Amino acid sequence: MSDLRELYQEVILDHAKKPRNFHTMPDSAHAADGHNPLCGDRLRVFVRVENGVIEDVSFTGSGCAISTASASMMTEALNGKSLADAQAIFESFHNLLTTGNHADKDEELLGKLAVFGGVREFPVRVKCATLAWHTLQAALQGSAAPVKTE
Amino acid sequence: MAVTTVKSTRGQGSPTPLAPAFSPDDIRGDFPILQLTAHGRRLAYLDNAATSQKPQAVIAAITRFYNSQNANIHRGVYQLSMEATATYEAARERVRQFINATDSREIVFVRGATEAINLVATSWGGANVRSGDEIILSTLEHHSNIVPWQMLAKRAGAVLRVIPINDVGELCLDEYEKLLNPRTRLVAITHVSNALGTINPVQRMVRLAHAAGALTLVDGAQSVPHLPIDVRAIDCDFFVFSGHKICGPTGIGVLYAREPILQAMPPYQGGGDMIETVTFDQTTYAPAPQKFEAGTPNISGALGLAAALDYITGIGLDRIGGYEQQLLLYAQEKLTRVKGLKIVGTAAEKAAVISFVLAYAHPHDVGTILDGQGVAIRTGHHCCQPVMDRYGIPATARASLAFYNTREDVDQLVLGLEKVKEVFG
Ligand SMILES: Cc1ncc(COP(=O)(O)O)c(C=O)c1O
Repeated sequence: MSDLRELYQEVILDHAKKPRNFHTMPDSAHAADGHNPLCGDRLRVFVRVENGVIEDVSFTGSGCAISTASASMMTEALNGKSLADAQAIFESFHNLLTTGNHADKDEELLGKLAVFGGVREFPVRVKCATLAWHTLQAALQGSAAPVKTE
Repeated sequence: MAVTTVKSTRGQGSPTPLAPAFSPDDIRGDFPILQLTAHGRRLAYLDNAATSQKPQAVIAAITRFYNSQNANIHRGVYQLSMEATATYEAARERVRQFINATDSREIVFVRGATEAINLVATSWGGANVRSGDEIILSTLEHHSNIVPWQMLAKRAGAVLRVIPINDVGELCLDEYEKLLNPRTRLVAITHVSNALGTINPVQRMVRLAHAAGALTLVDGAQSVPHLPIDVRAIDCDFFVFSGHKICGPTGIGVLYAREPILQAMPPYQGGGDMIETVTFDQTTYAPAPQKFEAGTPNISGALGLAAALDYITGIGLDRIGGYEQQLLLYAQEKLTRVKGLKIVGTAAEKAAVISFVLAYAHPHDVGTILDGQGVAIRTGHHCCQPVMDRYGIPATARASLAFYNTREDVDQLVLGLEKVKEVFG
């Protein structure tokens, strides 16, 4: 049960119920679709970049609490960040979920995203937490093929 | 047929007069795994449609084989090999009896339902399905009864037709009749839906297919563990199932095919054991079923499956089915009282499978929280994406019951759902 509380932290539940930046971006320069066949999560991530800076990022779709909250918190974390910072944050986030090793620099980069640390105890759910991030990367790379986490 | 047996024991749950009433308490001790705990709690294993647990008798049969009977089959003149061959062939005869096939030569051992369907699609389909021919499937099919036909259709230029379902998850039989036509080569349908539990009227559907000149394949992966099967009464041309869903080991399954059809089919894989004579110019094949069992088969798996069928027969599928129907009613009654819960698939004829969604939580989160409560259920699309699409949902949570499940298991599930509500409600 303690693990479950670690997984479903208040912040995560709040974002799952009321996702932020949950809308399309019709004139957006980049968008990509992500799909997690295991749970049927489907996300579309929109991102607008100007001069190497993420000016706006949003998402739509449906998924489990972990993938929805992760997408929502990703959009909050990345607004206004440079592409290089965004990449560094993603790497720290990935470390947090998979290895649990993180240095002080990661803690700084992660900020609120650290609440996803509990996901590490649930290996099958790691894909839920990273879906939005992989989808964002695809959007930034202008990849047309939908992202799959399997 | 099987379906009527289940129906007669449904309702007030009066057991059949001849057999003593079934109680899971009498047999739970046969299953070592049911004695385990999960996350410090009693394990409520409710994922039986994915795979069943194994009784000690099956585990012992496999151990006994490796301890004292192991040898390759069909090739030794020494005692051990001859005994292994005899035991393997006895397992084939055991399967024949269990599904009431005419002859044990109609029983091919394969890895499972999936391989059996691929065998038919490749061998029979390759020889008989031509451009413009049609194959009828249903919306309820498991991916394993879709993809092999899709692959065949692509190779042969054939067309797949799909029987739709109604809102409760039953096949629309009038639509089915309209789909049948002189170009229909095969109707391949599941006996019981693994996603919704629907029991399909296969006997009637086979009759209609035959009247249209088509052959029939019945996917028995989910029916064999719950209903007595008589392939001659169903009158299907092919019947497939997996050992692991009926208390047997993984890696063993069965293809039944009517003998003349099977003998006429070209080989599936080439290799040892499936030949009569081999030269570099030409090979002549052994008759079925050996023709379809290239290479060393899963001998211990076949013995384990035979032990499982003995075990199930010892209890009696009538009693198993009757008990499961009572437990299904109990579970459905309890679950419909859970606020925000909707059961997906409420066919009049249903096996003990309950797919459901909660208004306030995604199935995947439901599964994770229930796991923490010692409750093992399945979440996702259950290899039935067309069913999910039909209902416009990405996934369901699914509790699938077996005869060793108890009301306590169901209560633990319901309590676990309270926990889900606590977190998400
Ligand atoms: C209806 C149905 N058909 C076929 C299969 C495939 O069985 P296997 O994976 O054992 O080959 C399953 C397994 O879930 C099933 O439920």
